[in-house]
Amino acid sequence: MDDTDLKKQGMLAVFFGSIGRRTAGSVDQLAFLYRLILDSLYWTFVAPLRGKGLRVGSTFEEMVKVGVNAIPIVVLISFSIGMILAMQSAYQLEQFGATIFTADLVAVAHTRELGPLMTAIIIAGRSGSGIAAEIGTMKVGEEIEALQSMGFNAIKFLVVPKLLALAIMGPCLTVISDLVGIGGGVFMAVFSLDLGFERYVTRTIYALIFKDLVTGLIKSFVFALLVGITGCFMGFKVKGGAEGVGRNTTMSVVVSIFLIILADAFFTALFYYLW
Amino acid sequence: MAAGEKKENAIEVTNLVVSFGSHHVLTDVDMEVYRGETTVILGGSGCGKSTLLRHIIGLRKPQGGRILVKGHDITTMDENRMSNLLRKVGVVFQSSALFNSLTIGDNVALPLREHTKLEESTIQIMTRIKLDMVGLSGFEDYMPSELSGGMKKRAAFARAISMDPEILFCDEPSAGLDPIVAAGLDELIIKLKKALKMTIVVVTHEMESMYKIADRVVMLHEGEVIFTGPPDEFRVCENPRVKQFVERRPEQYGEDELGRYARALTSES
Repeated sequence: MDDTDLKKQGMLAVFFGSIGRRTAGSVDQLAFLYRLILDSLYWTFVAPLRGKGLRVGSTFEEMVKVGVNAIPIVVLISFSIGMILAMQSAYQLEQFGATIFTADLVAVAHTRELGPLMTAIIIAGRSGSGIAAEIGTMKVGEEIEALQSMGFNAIKFLVVPKLLALAIMGPCLTVISDLVGIGGGVFMAVFSLDLGFERYVTRTIYALIFKDLVTGLIKSFVFALLVGITGCFMGFKVKGGAEGVGRNTTMSVVVSIFLIILADAFFTALFYYLW
Repeated sequence: MAAGEKKENAIEVTNLVVSFGSHHVLTDVDMEVYRGETTVILGGSGCGKSTLLRHIIGLRKPQGGRILVKGHDITTMDENRMSNLLRKVGVVFQSSALFNSLTIGDNVALPLREHTKLEESTIQIMTRIKLDMVGLSGFEDYMPSELSGGMKKRAAFARAISMDPEILFCDEPSAGLDPIVAAGLDELIIKLKKALKMTIVVVTHEMESMYKIADRVVMLHEGEVIFTGPPDEFRVCENPRVKQFVERRPEQYGEDELGRYARALTSES
C-alpha cells in the first residue's frame, strides 16, 4: 500500500467516523429527551399519587413568572395584531362591499391561529429562553449536582413546576390574547372602518363557533409544552460555562419557534380534515 | 455493616472502574474510609479524584466495581433509597454550588424544609446555628452573589451540615482562595470533625492542608491508588510519584520531547 492509498483510507475513516459520531450523538440526545419527557410525566402524574409530593408552591411562583408577568406584552401584541388583521381584511373586503365580514375574519383568524401562535412565540421568547438560561446556569455552577447530592430529584424540583405552569398559563394567556385581539378589531372597526360597535360585535359573536376557540386552546396547550420541554432540554444540555449557556438559550428560542410552527401545521391540518 | 479490627468502615470502594468512552479515568480503585476519621484523597489535576468523589455520592454510575456507603451498595440502589441515604451525607462542591436564586438562609434551610416536617421557627433556629458554626451569623438574608468566594464556601459548608450528616464530602475546599481563607477552612473542617463527630472525605491537591487535616491519605495517580496510609508515612514514602508530589518537582521531559515542544512553539516542522 503506498502513500496515497493510506491517505485515501485515512480520509474515508475520518468521513465515516464523523458520520458515526454524529449518529451516536443524536441517539444520545434522543435518549435523553425521551427520559426527560418520561420522568416529567412520572413526577407530574404518578409520583404525587404515591405520596412523593408535587411542588405546588414553586408551580404557583412559576405561573406568576411565565403567566401573569407576560400579560402586558401579550395584550400589547394581540391588540396590534387585531388591528392589523382588521385593516388588512377590510382592504380586501372593501372591493366586494363586504367590509362587515372583517368581524368574521378577525375573530376566526385570531382565535384559531394568530392568538395561539403569537402567544406561543411570546412565551418562547420570554419563558423558554429563561428556562434554558436558568437550568443552564445551574448546570454550569454545579447547582444541579448539589440538588442531586441532597437527595432531590432535579426533574421534580426544576422541570415539573415549569412545565405545569406553562401548560396552565399557555391557554390562559391565549384566552386573553383572543379577547384583546378581537378588541383590536373592534377598535379599528369603530374608529376607522365606520362599522359601528354593536354591529361589529354582533357579527363577531355570530361568526365565532365553539370549535374555533377549542382548537385554538388545544394548540396553545401543545405549544406551551413544546416551549417548556425545549427550554429544559437545552438547559440540561449546556456544556462549557457561560458561553454554552448563551448558545443554548438562543438555540432554545430558535428550536421552540420551529417546533411551534411545525406543530401548528400539523394541528391545523388535523382539525381541517378530521374535525 | 462490616467491622474492621477496631475501625468501622463508613465507605468501602472495591474494584471501581470508570471510563468515558475509550478513556479510562479510574482503573480498579480500592479504598476505605473509616468512621470518624478525615480521609484526604490526594492527586494531581486530572487524576480522577473528583470523578471518584462523584461516584461515591452516587451522581454517576460506574462501569464496574462496588461502592458501599454505610454498608449499602449504592451502585445498585434505586432512587428512593439513594435519596434517603443522601440525607445523611453532606457535600461541599468545588464551586460552592449555592442556589443563586435563594438567600444564604434559604440555601441552608432548603434540605430541612424539604426532607423534614419541622416547624418553620425550628428551621430558622437551626439555620442560624449552622451559619454561626461556620462564622456567618447575620448573613441569612444575603444573596450568594453578594458574598466573597471564602464566604460562599463557608455557606456551602453550612448547607452541607444542615441535616447533621454522618459523612461530609468536600471537593477542593480551598481551590481559588487565598492562604488565610484556605487555612480558615482547614480549621473549620477540624472543628466540624471534633464537634459533630463526622466522617470527612476531602479531595485536594494542597499538601499543607492535607498534613493539617488528614488522618489518612489516599493518593491517586492516573486512575489508580498508589498510596494509602497516615500522613507521616506519606512524607517518607519511596514511591517515585509520591516523592515527586511531596517534593513538588515538575514533570521531567526527555530531550526529544523538549525539542518537539520547542519546534511546535516556533511552528517549525
